[in-house]
Amino acid sequence: MTVVDNTLIIIALLPFIGALVPGIMIRAGRNASAFFTAVPTALALTMLLLHAPAVLSGEVITAEIEWLPQLGLTAAFFLDGLGLMFAAMILGVGLLITLYARFYLSGDDPMGQFYTYLLLFQGAMLGIVLSDNILLLLIFWELTSLSSFLLIGYWKHLPEGRQGARMALAVTGAGGLAMIGGMLILGNIVGSYNLSDILASGEAIRASEWYLPALILILLGAFTKSAQFPFHFWLPHAMAAPTPVSAYLHSATMVKAGVFLMARMWPALAGTDAWFYIVTGVGLITMILGALIALFKDDLKALLAYSTVSHLGLLTMLLGFGTPIAAVAAVFHILNHLTFKAALFMTAGIIDHEAHTRDIKRLGGLRKLMPVTFIIGTFAALSMAGIPLFNGFLSKEMMLEEAAHTDWAGNPYAVPILATIGALLSVAYSFRFIVHVFFGPVRDNYPSKPHDPPFGMWAAPALLVLAVVLIGLMPHLAEPVVRAAAGAVTGGVLPEFHLKIWHGVTPALYMSGVAVLGGAILLTLHAPLDRLWLRTPRPEAKVIFDRLMAAAVGLSRRITEITHDGSMSRYLAIFVAATTVMGYVAWSGSGLPLPSRELLPIPPLVFVGWICILLATVSVALMHRQRFRALVVIGVIGLTISVGFVYLSAPDLALTQISVETVTIMLLLLALHFLPKTTPIESSVPRRIRDGVIALAAGGGVAALSYTFLLRDMPSISEYHLANSYKGGGGTNVVNVILVDFRGYDTYGEIIVLGIAGLIIFALMEALLNGPAARKLRNADYSQDRSRDRHPLMMVIATRVMMPVAIMVGVYIFLRGHNQPGGGFVAGLVISIALLMQYMASGFAWTLRRQQIEYHSMIGSGVVIAGLTGAGAWLGGKPFLTSGFDYFHIPPIEEFELATAMLFDLGVFLAVLGAVMLMLYSLSRIARYAGETVNIEPMDYDPSKQVVMDEKEK
Amino acid sequence: MNHWIIAPVVLPALLAPLIGFVMRHDVPLARTASVAGTLALMAIAVGLFVMSMGDPQVYYLGDWPAPFGIVLVLDRLSALMVLLTTVLAFIVLIHAIATGWDARGWHFHALFQFQLMGIIGAFLTGDIFNLFVFFEILLIASYGLMIHSGGRERMRAGLQYVVINLAGSTLFLFALGVLYASTGTLNMADLAVRMQEVPEGEAALVRVAAMLLMIVFALKAALFPIQFWLPGTYANAPAPVAALFAIMTKVGAYSILRIHTLIFGPGIEATHGLPGTWLFPAAIVTIAIGALGVLGARRLMPLIAFSVLGSMGTLMVAISAFTPVATTAALYYLVHSTFSAAALFLMADLVITRRQSDWLSARPATVQNGLFAALFFAAAIAMAGMPPLSGFLGKLLVLDALRDPGIIGWAWSAVLIGSLVTIVGFARAGSLLFWKSTSIAVDLPPAPDTGEDAPAPSAAEIAARRPVGVAEVAPTMAALAVLGAITIFAGPLTSFLDGTTAQLFDREGYVTSVLKLETEG
Repeated sequence: MTVVDNTLIIIALLPFIGALVPGIMIRAGRNASAFFTAVPTALALTMLLLHAPAVLSGEVITAEIEWLPQLGLTAAFFLDGLGLMFAAMILGVGLLITLYARFYLSGDDPMGQFYTYLLLFQGAMLGIVLSDNILLLLIFWELTSLSSFLLIGYWKHLPEGRQGARMALAVTGAGGLAMIGGMLILGNIVGSYNLSDILASGEAIRASEWYLPALILILLGAFTKSAQFPFHFWLPHAMAAPTPVSAYLHSATMVKAGVFLMARMWPALAGTDAWFYIVTGVGLITMILGALIALFKDDLKALLAYSTVSHLGLLTMLLGFGTPIAAVAAVFHILNHLTFKAALFMTAGIIDHEAHTRDIKRLGGLRKLMPVTFIIGTFAALSMAGIPLFNGFLSKEMMLEEAAHTDWAGNPYAVPILATIGALLSVAYSFRFIVHVFFGPVRDNYPSKPHDPPFGMWAAPALLVLAVVLIGLMPHLAEPVVRAAAGAVTGGVLPEFHLKIWHGVTPALYMSGVAVLGGAILLTLHAPLDRLWLRTPRPEAKVIFDRLMAAAVGLSRRITEITHDGSMSRYLAIFVAATTVMGYVAWSGSGLPLPSRELLPIPPLVFVGWICILLATVSVALMHRQRFRALVVIGVIGLTISVGFVYLSAPDLALTQISVETVTIMLLLLALHFLPKTTPIESSVPRRIRDGVIALAAGGGVAALSYTFLLRDMPSISEYHLANSYKGGGGTNVVNVILVDFRGYDTYGEIIVLGIAGLIIFALMEALLNGPAARKLRNADYSQDRSRDRHPLMMVIATRVMMPVAIMVGVYIFLRGHNQPGGGFVAGLVISIALLMQYMASGFAWTLRRQQIEYHSMIGSGVVIAGLTGAGAWLGGKPFLTSGFDYFHIPPIEEFELATAMLFDLGVFLAVLGAVMLMLYSLSRIARYAGETVNIEPMDYDPSKQVVMDEKEK
Repeated sequence: MNHWIIAPVVLPALLAPLIGFVMRHDVPLARTASVAGTLALMAIAVGLFVMSMGDPQVYYLGDWPAPFGIVLVLDRLSALMVLLTTVLAFIVLIHAIATGWDARGWHFHALFQFQLMGIIGAFLTGDIFNLFVFFEILLIASYGLMIHSGGRERMRAGLQYVVINLAGSTLFLFALGVLYASTGTLNMADLAVRMQEVPEGEAALVRVAAMLLMIVFALKAALFPIQFWLPGTYANAPAPVAALFAIMTKVGAYSILRIHTLIFGPGIEATHGLPGTWLFPAAIVTIAIGALGVLGARRLMPLIAFSVLGSMGTLMVAISAFTPVATTAALYYLVHSTFSAAALFLMADLVITRRQSDWLSARPATVQNGLFAALFFAAAIAMAGMPPLSGFLGKLLVLDALRDPGIIGWAWSAVLIGSLVTIVGFARAGSLLFWKSTSIAVDLPPAPDTGEDAPAPSAAEIAARRPVGVAEVAPTMAALAVLGAITIFAGPLTSFLDGTTAQLFDREGYVTSVLKLETEG
């Protein structure tokens, strides 16, 4: 029977909504902070209990909001018996912890933060038990790991806290991630992530071939969270948290999440051999191992921590049995364990708080000094030992009874005997807790004189112990809750059972008796056994974990630092090699169409040019350490290529190639002046051979590609360009029309690249010249490189004569660009070469003074003009960069054409010119830093002035 | 024709030169213009986002018909990416201004606007050569931003960045040469048409082109074995720039997604299975490298850089499946990854300024240790893929989408184990930075009244002692708020992304819109 009630969502969200309040209310005082922590908890608890009668009568309350339907993730909640029991435990104990922590935390601790974390955790935990969607459950699951990380590390100045927090996060986080995998597989099998659907498809799940991986992954999550062997080691280290946290997270709630999950998934996963052997086996080992270690722990909280591990093992074992009555026992023990263990942790906290030590060997005799604490602690410990009239006894009897009926691979004795041993050890450490702490003589060397704490501090454990005794005496009180919860675990079908103290003389009673007697004997032998224990070498989990962690960190660091060591040549080698290999693989996956072109005969002239380029290329590789020579040879290659363009009837390309080549080589030569003239040898011969092989392979690949497509025709869009250049673009030079019209947008982008380069060069220069590089420049000695006649007469005169001619050529090239080879780009380069020569001839400062336009604004205006030209098309309702052109006739000039594309080309021209000039300007600034003097005269030796001086002398 | 499509390219392209060449001497003026421009961009992006809901819209530059001129194509994916870029840009810009990063070198705002122009242009273009041009723009602008304010390490890392990426550009050019030689066109829609006609047995050239293009984009997306440039670059870039770079790797991811769904995508015989087979293992290794780098990091910025690398791996694992479901997951993860990386870098900037070191070593706690710890915690759980933030949902979506039996084992193990290692690495760093620091005694600064002997504190020391103002911390919080929003509204967002994916996989729809096949007929 399902009832939809959206208040469930409010219950689930209340702790989150309230979480920030205590952090803020701490400004109003510690009581206010605690109070505002209790409010959402109490409210949620009240709302929950209002649902209790309905749930106990078998109804299931659900509520859902769509969240991520594509994934199957809905914010779906449901409340059944199991959920009700857990939710009530979480909220109820949450209230008690809030009260207890108010008195436990000292004035120095940031209490607001504590309560905020606590509420976050509470919300996450509540979410786990109320989720009706396993993805939602995963979210809350991971949230508990995160919030417990914060809570364990709450005393952040303590190394134990930090390390414990990280260990807990690593272990439970790992389990959580495994569980994600398991849950996704489960959802895959069932076809839904809804818990209700999954629980209803147990048969299908167990029959699936994916059952085992899913089971193992989910169990990994549960085992890590519930500190099952071999993942139990994180829990004792989490005890570095403040005691309220230990009581809440590490005994009452969070560590039970794993058990809860196993109980929740019971209908879907339990009942197979794999389930039985894995879960029961792990539970058994954990129960015995935990109890054994607990017996020899001197730290009160460590003792309790290991006892919790042991009891969690007991619960796991019970769920592993897979019988409905074992499930009843498990549910009942969850409830009982919560009451006595939380009370015990609080007791330990009280003792620590008052006596300033938790070391059992330094305690004893507290019975007389702390009577109230003594009663609370003793009752709770007796319940833990499973002594009749306390609630622990009841569930332990049920456990032993179930164990007595369980076969392990055909052996009927293994499980009962081991279970009895576990119970026996449990009795021993419980008695030790009572005897060694409270009995014995009163000492006079406690770190602090202990006495009972204020009422507020013992009220919470007292209330829990009251429950211990009440359930112990009148177990039928708990029966409805247990019945509802166990019913939810098993999926409704429950055998007849009653919770009562006396079951008659059963095997369990004998086992119980053996356990109590044996436990008492063990305690009397504790001192010699303890010495033996301390002498025995044991693997210390924390040491192993820390070593593993350090090894993992060290290994990652080595791998990372060796592979990412900043060796650019290796990065490039890998890049090129990978590209070549993958290109080859792609190539070899298919064939080629037949060649459609004949190989042309090779004219001698072309052959010579080809040989020339080959030789030049090889010599660049050979003498690249002589930088000056290498540059010159690169220039040769560039010029040969432009000759090639001429030969192949591509005058535009040739023009561009020549001018680009000239400008770049000139600038590079100027830059080389300030750089070392040779490249040092930095790599070994094998490495150079390796790089050479890679380079040859890559180059060969590129050559092969070129050869392949040069032999094949392909219809292309360029035919349209040829046909429409004049008609639509108003120019007969297709190359130029492509540049400024068909693909003007690309050109626009490229001049912006130039503009950005200009900006960067300027910014870079500023940064460099204000840094250590400037000092280096100043101190370097360039006098040997400097000519005595830096600005020779011949050159000055020649460049002056050339200047107007070059500018004229530039303008001509610019204007004819649309119809004949040329255009803004080439024109910009030509004029910048003319200007460059002036600078070289007479020095930068001299020339700069004669130049009116700033380079910065030249680039800027170029980019803006090109952009505005493009945008001008909007005025005509046309898209960006649509060109317009018309023919004009103004006598006496012949008819000529004006196109908006020319304006665009003007932008290109300005940007190119500005960028080149800015580079030159930057170089000259470096020169100034390097000690170059500013020349006032255009040339160093001026014969005309010499004449004047000679005359004066006369 | 809808002229708004070109507006987000033209606006920064006109604004940037003005800022760079006219306003360069006045920082407040440049700031105002830059903020105003970015806000306007964001408004345009929102407008385009709304307009993109129907069929792809095409903008024919120069009024030339496709495939002969260049086209811009606004579809849901490009509109989403543009919106993402502008929102991120605005957050980063405010941070850069509030922390004064923009004034520590020349031309920050001009380069920033050019950078936006390059990124947005790359997202909008429907022409593959034009994509190359915009790759150039965003590369050169990013180089300028990367070396902003100089410094030895930064210049060195910047040089590596630009050299490796120029090698990538060269390869891009080779790839385009091969592609043009074998298909004779550059328009993406036209390429898609031609590609369908390539016979399976004669596809060697186009296969090489497809592979080379994938490598080019994988280089941008920092995929193994060409991921080496990323950690050094991001770790040494100014933090706000590193935050902006969160979108740059996504340009690579976007391009792979676009090219390999539209042109070489599913159902094309010539390049059948080619991209996915290679991307998948590369992405897996990338996840591993990222995770190891996070765990082994000695400094905070490299730690974050490696976590970004890992998240790129996760993203590419999802993309490499090239199925609609996985693509939706990838897109969700992409949005998440962008903002979580940004949040981490911005947060790191605030912390490093105050610690005066990004070494993960014990130093005294800074001012506002708690605030920084909270910001770090939130950003780290987002990046590591822990709930409740979007990283977890993204991870679930990715895992859920990768169910193909051939890859499920590798993909799930890599993503899950990678998350675990990342979580442990972040926990180590956080506990060292924010917890252990509280146990170290603060050597108090000398009292101010010690007379004239006391050395005056340097500017960096003053900055280190100053608590953050609202404007400094707001961008980090805004990035986290975006993560929160995409978590809460994961449902609506994913259903929107479903539509985006459907459009992305609808090759015919794209081709028809661009080439106007029906309207002409």
